Amino acid sequence: MQAVLALADGSIFRGKGFGAAGLAVGEICFNTAMSGYQEILSDPSYRGQIVTLTYPHIGNTGVNAEDMEGAKIFCSALVVRNLPRTPSSWRSTQDLPTFLQTHQIPGIAGIDTRALTRRLRDSGAQNAAVLTGAEISDDTALSAARACPDLPGRDLVQDVVCREAYTWDLASGAPDQGYRAQATVQAALRHVVVYDFGSKRNILRLLTDRACRVTVVPPRTTAAEVADLRPDGVLFSNGPGDPAVLDYAQEAMRQIIAADIPIFGLCLGHQLLGLALGAKTIKMKFGHHGANHPVKDLRSGRVLITSQNHGFAVDVDTLPACLTTTHISLFDGSLQGMAHRDLPVFSFQGHPEAGPGPHDAGVIFDDFTHAMHRHRERRHA
Amino acid sequence: MPKHQEIKSVLLIGAGPIIIGQACEFDYSGVQACKALREEGCRVILVNSNPATIMTDAQMADATYVEPVEWQTVARIIAMERPDAILPTMGGQTALNCALDLHREGILEQYGVRLIGASVKAIREAEDRGLFKKAMEEIGLEVARSAFGHDMEGARQIAEDIGFPVIIRPSFTLGGTGGGIAYNREEFEDIASRGLDASPTHEILIEESIIGWKEFEMEVVRDRADNCIIVCSIENFDPMGIHTGDSITVAPAQTLTDREYQRMRDASIAVLRRIGVDTGGSNVQFAVNPEDGRLIVIEMNPRVSRSSALASKATGFPIAKIAAKLALGYTLDELRNDITQATPASFEPTIDYVVTKIPRFAFEKFPEADAHLTTQMKSVGEVMAIGRSFQESLQKALRGLETGVDGLDEKLIGNDPDTLRKLEQELRVPGSDRLWYLADAIRRGWDQNSLQRITRIDPWFLEQIFEIVQTEEGLRGLPLATLDSARLHALKGMGFSDRRLARLLGCREQFLREHRQKLGIRPVYKRVDTCAAEFRSLTPYLYSTYEMECEAEPSDKPKIMILGGGPNRIGQGIEFDYCCVHAAMALREDGFETIMVNCNPETVSTDYDTSDRLYFEPLTLEDVLEIVAVEKPRGVIVQFGGQTPLKLANDLEAAGVPIIGTTPDSIDLAEDRERFQQLLQRLHLRQPENAIARSAPEALSKARELGYPLVVRPSYVLGGRAMRIVYGEDDLECYMVEAVRISNDQPILLDRFLNDALEVDIDAVADGERQVIVAGIMEHIEQAGVHSGDSACCLPPYSLSPAIQDELRRQTVELALALGVVGLMNCQFAVQEERIYVLEVNPRASRTVPFVSKATGWPLAKIASRCMTGKSLAAQGIPQIPNPSHFSVKEAVFPFIKFPGVDVLLGPEMKSTGEVMGIGASFGEAFLKAQIGAGEHFPRSGTAFLSVRDADKKGLSPVARMLSELGFKLIATKGTAAFLQREGLEVAAVNKVTEGRPHIVDAIKNGKVQIIINTVDERQSVRDSFSIRRAALQMGLTYYTTLAGAIAGAAAIQALMTEERSVLRLQDLNQKNTSTTR
Repeated sequence: MQAVLALADGSIFRGKGFGAAGLAVGEICFNTAMSGYQEILSDPSYRGQIVTLTYPHIGNTGVNAEDMEGAKIFCSALVVRNLPRTPSSWRSTQDLPTFLQTHQIPGIAGIDTRALTRRLRDSGAQNAAVLTGAEISDDTALSAARACPDLPGRDLVQDVVCREAYTWDLASGAPDQGYRAQATVQAALRHVVVYDFGSKRNILRLLTDRACRVTVVPPRTTAAEVADLRPDGVLFSNGPGDPAVLDYAQEAMRQIIAADIPIFGLCLGHQLLGLALGAKTIKMKFGHHGANHPVKDLRSGRVLITSQNHGFAVDVDTLPACLTTTHISLFDGSLQGMAHRDLPVFSFQGHPEAGPGPHDAGVIFDDFTHAMHRHRERRHA
Repeated sequence: MPKHQEIKSVLLIGAGPIIIGQACEFDYSGVQACKALREEGCRVILVNSNPATIMTDAQMADATYVEPVEWQTVARIIAMERPDAILPTMGGQTALNCALDLHREGILEQYGVRLIGASVKAIREAEDRGLFKKAMEEIGLEVARSAFGHDMEGARQIAEDIGFPVIIRPSFTLGGTGGGIAYNREEFEDIASRGLDASPTHEILIEESIIGWKEFEMEVVRDRADNCIIVCSIENFDPMGIHTGDSITVAPAQTLTDREYQRMRDASIAVLRRIGVDTGGSNVQFAVNPEDGRLIVIEMNPRVSRSSALASKATGFPIAKIAAKLALGYTLDELRNDITQATPASFEPTIDYVVTKIPRFAFEKFPEADAHLTTQMKSVGEVMAIGRSFQESLQKALRGLETGVDGLDEKLIGNDPDTLRKLEQELRVPGSDRLWYLADAIRRGWDQNSLQRITRIDPWFLEQIFEIVQTEEGLRGLPLATLDSARLHALKGMGFSDRRLARLLGCREQFLREHRQKLGIRPVYKRVDTCAAEFRSLTPYLYSTYEMECEAEPSDKPKIMILGGGPNRIGQGIEFDYCCVHAAMALREDGFETIMVNCNPETVSTDYDTSDRLYFEPLTLEDVLEIVAVEKPRGVIVQFGGQTPLKLANDLEAAGVPIIGTTPDSIDLAEDRERFQQLLQRLHLRQPENAIARSAPEALSKARELGYPLVVRPSYVLGGRAMRIVYGEDDLECYMVEAVRISNDQPILLDRFLNDALEVDIDAVADGERQVIVAGIMEHIEQAGVHSGDSACCLPPYSLSPAIQDELRRQTVELALALGVVGLMNCQFAVQEERIYVLEVNPRASRTVPFVSKATGWPLAKIASRCMTGKSLAAQGIPQIPNPSHFSVKEAVFPFIKFPGVDVLLGPEMKSTGEVMGIGASFGEAFLKAQIGAGEHFPRSGTAFLSVRDADKKGLSPVARMLSELGFKLIATKGTAAFLQREGLEVAAVNKVTEGRPHIVDAIKNGKVQIIINTVDERQSVRDSFSIRRAALQMGLTYYTTLAGAIAGAAAIQALMTEERSVLRLQDLNQKNTSTTR
């Protein structure tokens, strides 16, 4: 299958197609993680984006049901250096091209992904189109790339979230054991409501691991409805696109803060917290997408190697007085975590739930459970 | 700001000589550590007995001791230098063991020296398998089921309980020495007893076999604040069962999902925390069951290692340098990533290419050795290659090996039952060439499932090999013109060399290259940047691939390109890398931009900051020409990297590449026997009578004219490959059969063997402007006939008269001038009854250049490289170099212990892997230090066993007398005993092995013998006495197989028992030497 990748700036990369035949557009970004392509593909935060993976061999371990971070593939298209081969993994149930095919997502291989990455690094994220099929034209791809609406200002969340509230009950387990229902592990001690903007499943699993009963609610759930669920804490999840357009979520967040319920904002949720309390967000040049980002915890001095995936950031210069910086990126000094000075409200820009990526920042989930615990004790006292 | 401001001086312990399992990667680490510590203002004190290392260059440390790496010597150094701390994690297991000894002996406590980088507890827990297992269980990690045996009986019981196959690992040995896999009781008896012998604590671990599981390594770095990063993951192509040093390995891991990878990452970090590696780099090895993902911890090393060197080269993250700084108390976020110069060291490198390492073996040197691969490491070097796909990196590595293959070349021809049986056997029981047999099997139509079942190689890798072979088969015999641009580009992207493609098509390499270049298919160069292009890289660390964009960005500065030596092998090792590194340093100082080309991940030359630009590429004509085309250097140096670049010299010159220094024609003049003979005749210099033969009958008739014994060898070989002394026609006939196979159509050289001649090596430098400096005369200790690389030697000569030395100097100068040498030259002479014979002249870097440089204080390779860029010796201010006032002895170190069944006798074929240097005021002291440095444990009392050939009997008697006077009891075989008794010595006779029991081997095994002197000549007696030498080796006894060696050994024992040993600072010696000449 033929394939072409066209960037809005006019760059054309011709390669081989795999997965579905067709046209896909989106903002193109690159992710430098060497493992975890399945988690990346199924991460709802990639909605509206074409993902370039910088590691040249992708698809080596196929895909399996356990490693899904969402119900399907959310990114628009996949760009890799080498065509995926027959997978090798005892957990694999499907190969990557078939997986893409099933989800109607085109893939392009055989292009100089490093040249592409350098271009994106130097000139910044831009719109692009991937066209695959028996007969393709560069012009079709190029005009599609140029016609693609820009990511900032779009509410992409609506496309990826749950329509109704539901409860989650699976804890994580070792890869050779599969996932187990929480009841088989421990009794729930706390109730967490997760605002779903495109939440990765590992967030829910890690909460479950920590003896939380989890209720996932759609993004337009009101603060009053959440309060009725009597949660010990509320987590604002990750999700795709521009946080600034999600005014309803910011409003709900302000009300939940006012209702004195502990809050943990994660990735998009972190940006929403900033916006809710008066900070501004900015679109980054090419964002942070990878699994090797050093983040310093300013309170302990420790460095966490984190998973990252964001194209917007909270502008640290606009932080209101009530928020303090708790974490910064050691790559570029950008804001990576913040906390309310007086309330059990905090947020993290990276992905402490990993999936994919290192587990260093998993401790932040512990911070959340501790915060809920302390808050409950205070209230009972 | 480092925490440990109180550390002002650090003693760095080196790894000693190059041996199998501990090679020049520890020079690479040591050099980085020296630089890092001095950057922080620390006074660096260094001890390492290996003169061929860059780390022992006087300018690398403040106080350098080229002294044995053993606790007594190091204790003397500590007493003199009073360092604040010892960094023991840079010198392999040798340094860790030395640190443990210093602790045990109370030296650390006595002088208030602290260990940094690793604690005694961590070293012990990581190395002692029992403690390690317990520690792992404590943190909930699985290890293979196992138990310790301390004697055969207990061991047998354990093996029965666990069930065969079992793996046997002796405690506290290097590179798994003495270990193995036993599939049945019989093999178990053999391996277990050898393992018990090899372990200094007489302890072996008997372990559940996890052969065939996937094998992984994680390179972890941790700082004092408990920040941990994984620098690199490595997956073995060869599954469990083959030592990782002997396995093809790939970075990063290819067949793990993120969940499995992160589990391994968590486990690695947990291991470091539990073992207590507070600061520095460690590697942790894992096995994964491919059926269900069960994860098992194999081992960890609380120090830098061969894998960490590989990981550093594979990612651009300098583990040793960072580890040294962490040991001073820095945290990772306080250190900078050199490559980007913008981000901190506290991150995990991510790479956008595939790295493949392939080991290089030397079984051709040890034909009697078992060439199968086991858990005991046997390879002597390695090659690494970088590509944008696994296939590309694999095929680049294959041609970088320089074993005569251009890719997956065919091993077997035909389809007869014998061939097929052999093929199956080679796949089932892996040897060094399994990969090629695998390709052969694919060519013969074996399917992937059965190959996977037999080899247990992961299907992901197997499929790629299938694809390469199937692509090859589709190319056979195609006309060149059918390779259009798209197809050829795809083939080059798969890593096929021009030569392999040409062979498959049946055309000449040059035509293929011309066709390719006409189509505009040229490689581009990408950067190794630690970050997959996320940040700009300011470091030109490059590799080739076939893609769109080139990042070489060559400058227009005047530049010199240095071609390195490729993978280490016996005969071409660290010494040549040393010369390349020196060339880079000198020419950089002189304002040239230096470009290094090499593919050996262990070396200092492939450190990205050794030269201005580094091309990590195979050293083939194709690869070098492409780099030259991009860089357009003013000059290319081929004479420092050993035979590897020399082989390319003529073709490079023909392609218009500007080779500087001695011309390829002069090199040829010295190597071509007939041309060289004419030259010697013109200069009126003497040569042993010799002849050239191109066939067996011609050899026999020429031999009759010359008379036996003869030294025979193919022309154009290095390291004495296939060189033999033949004593008669039978010998010669046998030899010719083998030699013809090895040397293809090269002629065979026959030289009259000079009995009892002294051999001399000389290194000289010439500037091409009629000035020659003779840098050092080395008198060999073993007589002519032992390869110069295997012979101990002494600088200055300890027995040659000044008149002979002057004449040797004169002849050397004559030769250098006549050959038009510009740069380095090495001459080998024999001196027999005051007559000088020229044996060999090599107008290039020699193995002894670093030794001579260290012994005299003059950096020969630097001087030579300046000569090559047109700076005369006079302009450099280099005087004639007189003999130094102290003695320096170089001794060779051998890998015999790794190769059961191999005879330890020395001959014209080189077998040593490394060397040590001993420096002393007397010859005896220098020799003693060299011997101790080589791992010899001289006895101070006990019994000496003597058995020598008739020709040596007369010379033996003073040695026997000396030993007797030193208090040793003498025993000897009947003939030798009778002779010595007639000389008035008290000697007891003992049975030869063939004379019935109890015989000498019984005595040796019972610990009744401490010294063995055993010389032999004809084949029969060699066979008869083989078990004596092997037993001596097993028991770690002091043994000599030459009389000259025995004489020097006796002098050393005398020095040991009568003289106080000094430790000498190289900087002081150099100052004394170089100032007296100024």
